Order: sequence, then structure tokens, then C-alpha cells
Amino acid sequence: MAAYGDLLEERIPDLRRRLETGELAPEALLEAALERIAAVEDRIESFIALDPDAARRRAAALSEKRRRGEALGALYGIPAAVKDNIAVAGLPMTAGSRMLEGFLPPDDAVVTERLLAADAVIVGKANLDEFAMGGSTETSAYRTTKNPWHPDRVPGGSSGGSAAAVAAREVWYAIGTDSGGSIRQPASFTGIVGFKPTYGRIPRTGVVAFASSFDTVGVLARTVEEAAIVYDALHGFHPSDTTSLPRDREPVAPTLGRDVRGLKVAVPTFWLVGLHPDVRARTEEALRVLEGLGAIVEPVDMPHLAYAEAAYTILTMGEAASNLARFDGLRYGRRFSDARDLAALYAETRARGFGREVKRRVLLGTYFLSAGRYEDMYVRAQKVRTLIRRDFERVFADYDLVAGPTVPTPAFPLSERLSDPVAMYQSDRLTSPANLAGLPAVSVPAGFSAEGLPIGLQLVGDVAEDALVLQAAYAYQAATEHHRRRPAL
Amino acid sequence: MAYETVVGLEVHVELATKTKLFCSCRTDFGDEPNTNTCPICLAYPGTLPVLNEAAVALALKAALALNCEITRETKFDRKHYFYPDLPKAYQVSQFDRPLGRNGYVDIEVDGEKKRIRIERLHLEEDAGKLIHTPGGTLVDFNRGGVPLIEIVTAPDIRSGKEAAAFLTELRAILAYAGVSDVRMEEGSLRCDANVSVRPVGETRFGTKTEIKNMNSIGSVERAIEYEAARQMEVLAQGGTIVQETRRYDEARRVTVGMRAKETSADYRYFPDPDLVAFTIPEAWIEEIRESLPELPDARRKRYVEEFGLSSYDARVLTQEKAVGDFFEAAVAHGGDVKAIANWMMVEVLGYLNKEQKSIDAVPMTPAHLSRLVRLIEDGTISGRIAKEIFPEVIATGADPEALVREKGLVQIQDAALLEAVVKRVLEANPKSVADYLAGKEKALGHLVGQVMKETKGKANPGLANALLKKALEARRGAGGA
Ligand SMILES: [Zn+2]
Repeated sequence: MAAYGDLLEERIPDLRRRLETGELAPEALLEAALERIAAVEDRIESFIALDPDAARRRAAALSEKRRRGEALGALYGIPAAVKDNIAVAGLPMTAGSRMLEGFLPPDDAVVTERLLAADAVIVGKANLDEFAMGGSTETSAYRTTKNPWHPDRVPGGSSGGSAAAVAAREVWYAIGTDSGGSIRQPASFTGIVGFKPTYGRIPRTGVVAFASSFDTVGVLARTVEEAAIVYDALHGFHPSDTTSLPRDREPVAPTLGRDVRGLKVAVPTFWLVGLHPDVRARTEEALRVLEGLGAIVEPVDMPHLAYAEAAYTILTMGEAASNLARFDGLRYGRRFSDARDLAALYAETRARGFGREVKRRVLLGTYFLSAGRYEDMYVRAQKVRTLIRRDFERVFADYDLVAGPTVPTPAFPLSERLSDPVAMYQSDRLTSPANLAGLPAVSVPAGFSAEGLPIGLQLVGDVAEDALVLQAAYAYQAATEHHRRRPAL
Repeated sequence: MAYETVVGLEVHVELATKTKLFCSCRTDFGDEPNTNTCPICLAYPGTLPVLNEAAVALALKAALALNCEITRETKFDRKHYFYPDLPKAYQVSQFDRPLGRNGYVDIEVDGEKKRIRIERLHLEEDAGKLIHTPGGTLVDFNRGGVPLIEIVTAPDIRSGKEAAAFLTELRAILAYAGVSDVRMEEGSLRCDANVSVRPVGETRFGTKTEIKNMNSIGSVERAIEYEAARQMEVLAQGGTIVQETRRYDEARRVTVGMRAKETSADYRYFPDPDLVAFTIPEAWIEEIRESLPELPDARRKRYVEEFGLSSYDARVLTQEKAVGDFFEAAVAHGGDVKAIANWMMVEVLGYLNKEQKSIDAVPMTPAHLSRLVRLIEDGTISGRIAKEIFPEVIATGADPEALVREKGLVQIQDAALLEAVVKRVLEANPKSVADYLAGKEKALGHLVGQVMKETKGKANPGLANALLKKALEARRGAGGA
């Protein structure tokens, strides 16, 4: 069906208009997505769970809603994927782990409630690294998602399923989580937009915790405008998450297109070393484009960025060890033991329920928090976090944005880094600082490597400057064509 | 060698909030197991804690009532350990910034006043409860997440008796402040004791043991006395004390060593990232301080100064706030303060103790008690009649005045009426009369008793006494002539 193929290339604002007039039915748009999924999912494996029937019922209900003349939400009828560490009532939630096999969350996450309130259609749960721990989506206990641009490359992670689903045109947007780059890195690897808002902008309630003070819910979409539309529907305080933030002063999407002339952009020198040559080249081209738009681009020295990775590793693993202590197979999820002895029951369930990477992080995190190590590991890492925040504060006193590449390399081959965790953690090197400081950051397509793999440009804003980050990314995207190229699938 | 006992207590008190510390589940005691639970207190993935402000307010109230300094910049920390009663496998508690620090409680033991210092008071969540059955161990999470304060004393306590006095006073203060219902039998107040002994004059501490499983103030006292004696005995025999946790066995009245842990616990405390650090506003602290009612110590002082009660009587009447309130309400209705105090201590508390009731649960009102005392004072009834009708007054809430009239118990005040009885009694008891006349004054008591018996207690005892004396002296005069 050729008509469906055309729909796949249409953008959310156009679709939304056609859906509102009734020229296009939510059912038809959903069928286009389902057909595309049927055609490519074997090769991409973006989803852990798909529920076409529930999605069809939802689309029909939305059609009915329009017929009744009710007001239609901002995401009316647009099919979406939700990362499988976010609760959608009625669909199982595994977090990519055997530990939660068959687990049905009792309630929607707040972000899910807001998606549904905006009349979205959720088609399924996207694959991810187990408990969002990884940078390739290969630590998922269920399947290995492939990069739509190259069947032998990882899609990135941990929101690799969300990114691949959007890049492969299976859905128009996806919800992900980003604790150290888990939205931006796969967005960069798959040639789409990945937006991580300011920490707390989208409530975490109903999102399986990895590292609570880092975990940020965000959006993956093909264009900045679409990411902004989705973000507008999702952000804002919720009383169930006392770390969540109030809404932006005004909806962001209508402010896109604002002039970026005179915007001061800082480029940390540290972010330009140790890069893949193509990444370096595309980054410099992207910075020239920003200059061409009237921005002032200058190098800055941020002395503590070199320690970001170590601090990130220690702090997130410490929090993860604590957050994952609850998984014991006693109250929910799978119990992998019928031992009569309590210690054996815990040990067997946790040994068999968790994969290698999760166990590695739980063990390391436990070590970092243990008596005798806490002061020189965890407390010191917290101090580094403060210093990195200060580095950003100093820069933002003079600049509007910090820019650089999203990842030092294009997507790496499948299984290449699975047995080399240090190399895997390296791919977070440029993204984790925004999480350490809780800042809004976006990855936007900035071209391709010689091998044809996507490369992303990262823009980071000051706390709560989500709108500015998206405005600049929009201006950049409007001046470039990279996002229009399609993966050959 | 003479030894002294050194004790520090760790007391856990459940706060009287309607809902749990981090979710909106109810805190009611005794409900069907696992009915007061939700995804948050069962630690479902994706759930987040929302701090119950009422619990912070009550913990602050407790800290202020115990004379603590308030840590205004405070936070919550996670304390990790695996156990089935702890769904998150960590307890949200406070590690290095407890809400309260450096407080104290003044106690009095054998007439000696003493100050027991409180090192810290912090807010935390309770764990669930394990229920061991023949078929296996079950968990009831109703209690999981209920707000608790943990109060840690300095090692200032020197005997089981002091520990009991401390707990009694602590209970009274917390109940007065309204922060908890402090029922040890329901587990809303729980106490562990760190006990060591050392030679008198030694300033370093001996090796301590931690005593658990004491479920009344009496058992705390007994357990400490037993444990201190046991340690002294071990040392006297040339042995050494092993640092361990011991369980108190109330039935056998001994402490028993529990399985020693192979390694010391490492709770891996770190600040809870789901609950941001917060600052307690000075104005809030002042507001709570001003809301504190008069506490037991101040009330005792007032009873001594204002009512002229002995410090012992004042202590008995203030132990429970409701008892003191009842007493004061009765006094306000009129009657001799000391007489009302006596009635409270002997009859009222005796009845409550015997019936295992609280004063709020009896139908008698303070006005009734006041009226009963005034009926004695104005001579309408004798103390004996009053005691006779008291059980009915307290149990049914009957008005004493109406009861006296209804039963025809009004005292015989009429000398003419009584003289006839006196005459009959003297004639019927020649031996007592002879004894009295022979100088045995005690015989008079017997004769008064006989008059009371004849009148079924209605004679005014003072009048009966006077009339008997007068008649006897008349006989002495007659016999001597
Ligand atoms: Zn609950």
C-alpha cells in the first residue's frame, strides 16, 4: 500500500491537522504504522511487546471521540512507542529484565497518563538495555535491536528500541529515559532528534528507577518540532514526584523559529578531543552552520569534564545498587528459586534474574557505598558532580548554550563493546555531564560518517532553559537537510 | 569488686498520623493483614515517596517536648538490608542529620532527681511484620511505612529501675504532646537496651550487649537487672563479655544470646535521591513549640505549688494526661482538692487498674466525682457510704446525689435519732463498755462500728463518736459516784 508509505514521511503537525478535519482517521494512521512494523520489525526488533489489538481499540475510541465533537489532544491519533521501563497499564513492563518477566504494572506512569490525555496511541513497549543500564540495547534479556541504518550496528542505548522504532518509521515518536545519554546517544546513532529535558521536567512516577537523581524522561522524534510538541504535552509538576518541576512558562513548540542571532555558544575544548574523525568533521561543520545563523561560537575550558565519566559511574552505580535491591521475587516479578533458606532465595533469584551488566553495576555500586569506600568513592564523586555543575554555571554566566558532538563515534558494531564495559561507558562521555548537572540537552542530526552512519550534534542549556535548547536545535535543523535522509530498509 | 551498670536505650515510637510516612495508606492497628498497603509501600517498581508533612510535624513536636535542638537543614538517608519485612530492601531513615539532637528527660528514682540525656531523635519508616506459622512465614505490610521516631539516649542510665523511670516519663511526655498513643503492647512503643557493666570508678565503658524483645516497661527493668547481674557474674568468674544481641525471655526472665552475625552489618547509608534535602522554617518550629501542651513535669510542679499535693501524689496524678485532666476538671467542679486527689489515686485508679480500663472509657464524669466528695464534706453521706456507692457511680455514670437519695443513704445527722441507737449499743456491748471505762480507749472504735452497723452506715461517724463518748463518760461519772 503505497499510500501508507507516504503517511510515514509526514510530520506530526500535518498529520494532526488531517486527523482533526477527519480527512485521515486514527485507524488508518495506525494501520500504516502496524503495516510498517510488520514489514521491518523482524530486522530491527525495536519492540519487546506490541499490542496491535489494544492500539486498534484505542484508535477506534479516538475516532468516536472526534465524531462526538469533543476537543482533541495535541497528539491525537499519532502512534507512539514507550520504552519498556515506563508503566503502561494493561501492557507488561519488563525493564528489559527476566526479573520482571510477566509483570503487569498496576497503574500508568504519569508520563503515560499525559500521553493518553493528549490522545496518543501507544502501539507497544520499546526494547532497552536491562534496567536502562547500557549504551547499545544489547543487555536486554529479550532481544537485540539493530540500527536501521546498518544491520550490524547497535542502535545505541539504553533507549535503543525507542530510537530504532522512530528511525525505522515504525512510529512517529517515542518516549525514552536518559540517565547518562540514553536518549541522546541512540538518537545520534540512528539519525533522529533526542531531547532530554531539565531533570524533573517530566515526572518519574511509574518509571523504573535506575539512578534516581539522573533519570530523566524525554522524547525521541524525527524533528525538533515534533519533539517540542510531545514535550509540551508531557512536562510539568506532579505531586507524586516531589523532585518534578513546574511547566515551562509557555508552550515551547509555538516559540520555535525564534531568531538565534547573537546567541552565544560555548564549545568545551575537552569535547573536541579523542573523537572519531568523521564526528569531529561533522561537529565543526555544524558549528559553522550555527555561526552562519548568527550565533557566536567560542571554545571554553571546563576543567572538570574530564572527571565526569568517573563521577557518573560511581554515583549511578551506587544509586542503582540501592534502587534494584527491591527485586527479590517475593512480591512481584519472577522468583527464580524455591529455596527454603532466605539468603539462598535472595541469592538465587538475583543471580538468575539479573543479567551480567546489571549484576556488575549492582556489585560495583554496593562496593562504592560500603563502609570504608563511601568517603573516598561516593562522597568524592558527589564533590566532582558539584564541580561540574559549577563549570556549567560559570559558562552559562557568559554563554547561552554549550555545544559539541553527542557521542565520540558513530554507531559501533554489535557485540563489539559487550565484553568491554569500559569502552561501552566511554560512549556516555559527552552526554553524562548534562545528567550530572541536571541540564536540558538535545541531540540533533548533523550528518553522516563516511560509512553512512548518522552523527549527532549536542546542544546543552542552563537549568530550565529547555525552550532555548529546542529553539536553537530547531534553527539548526531548519538550516540543514540531514534529518530528511531515510535509512534504506 | 563492686560494679556499676551502664545502660543506653533505643526507643522506637510510632507517630499518631492518619497515614503512612510516604504514601496515603492508613496506619490503623489491627486491620486485616495487607489491607493498608499500596504499590508505594510494597515497593513496586516506579513508585516514589511523598513525604507526609504531618509526620514531620509530630516528630518535631516530640523533639521539642524532649528538649532537643532541631536540625533545620535535614534530609533522609537510605539504610540498606535484605529482609522480607522491608520491601525496598532499604529503610528510609535519617543518618547524620537527625531532626533532634541533645535533648534530655528528667527522672526521679527513690527521691533522687536525675537527667537522662537524649543524643538524637530521628524520623524513619517502620518495617512490616513477620508472622511465623507452621506452614511458613507470612508478612503483613500494614505496618510497613508507618512513621516512627527513634530516640537514642546517652549511656546515662545506671539501673533497670532508672530505665523504667525514664520510659515511664518518656511515655507520659509523648502522650501529653499527642505525638503517639505509646502502647507498648501494640508495639507503638518499642525499646532495645544496650547494657554493660564496669568497676565503680572506671570511666571507660565495658563491652555492651544489646537486649531486644522486651514488651513492657516492667520487662525492660527486669531484663536490664538480669543482664547486668549476668555480666557481673561472668566478670567475677574471670570471663569476658561477648558483644552480641540477646533476646529477653519474659517467661523464664533471662536473656538469651541470639545467633552471632558472622560480619558486622554495613547499612551503606546514603542520601535518598528521591527525597530532596529540606530546611525546616524557624516559624514552623516556633508554631509547633507554642502548640505544645503543659508537659508532665510542669504539671507536677503546678500540682505541688497550686494544690499543695505531695510530689508523690502529683507524680501519680500526672502519669497519664487524661487522669490529670479528669482530676483538674473534678477540682474545677468544687470540693476539697486533697480529698479529690485521694479519691483519684485510691478509688479511681484502683478501679481502672482492676478493670484494665482507661479513664476515657468510664461513664463517670469529673462532676460526679466532685459531687461525691462534696456529699461527704457537707455531711450528707459518710465516707463509707461513698465508697459503697462508688463502684456504681464509676461503672454506670449514675449521679451520686440522686443515687444517695434513691437508696435512702442520707446520713443520720439528728442527735436525737442517734442517741437511741447509742443507748442500745451500749447495753448490748457491756464488755466493750467495761474495757473503755478501764482505760482501753480502743474499745470506743468497736462501739462506733456497732453504731454504724445498726444504722447501716448512715450514722454520721463523728456524731456517733461524740454521742458514745458523752454517754460513756456519763457512766464513768455515775459508776464513780
Ligand atoms: Zn501505601
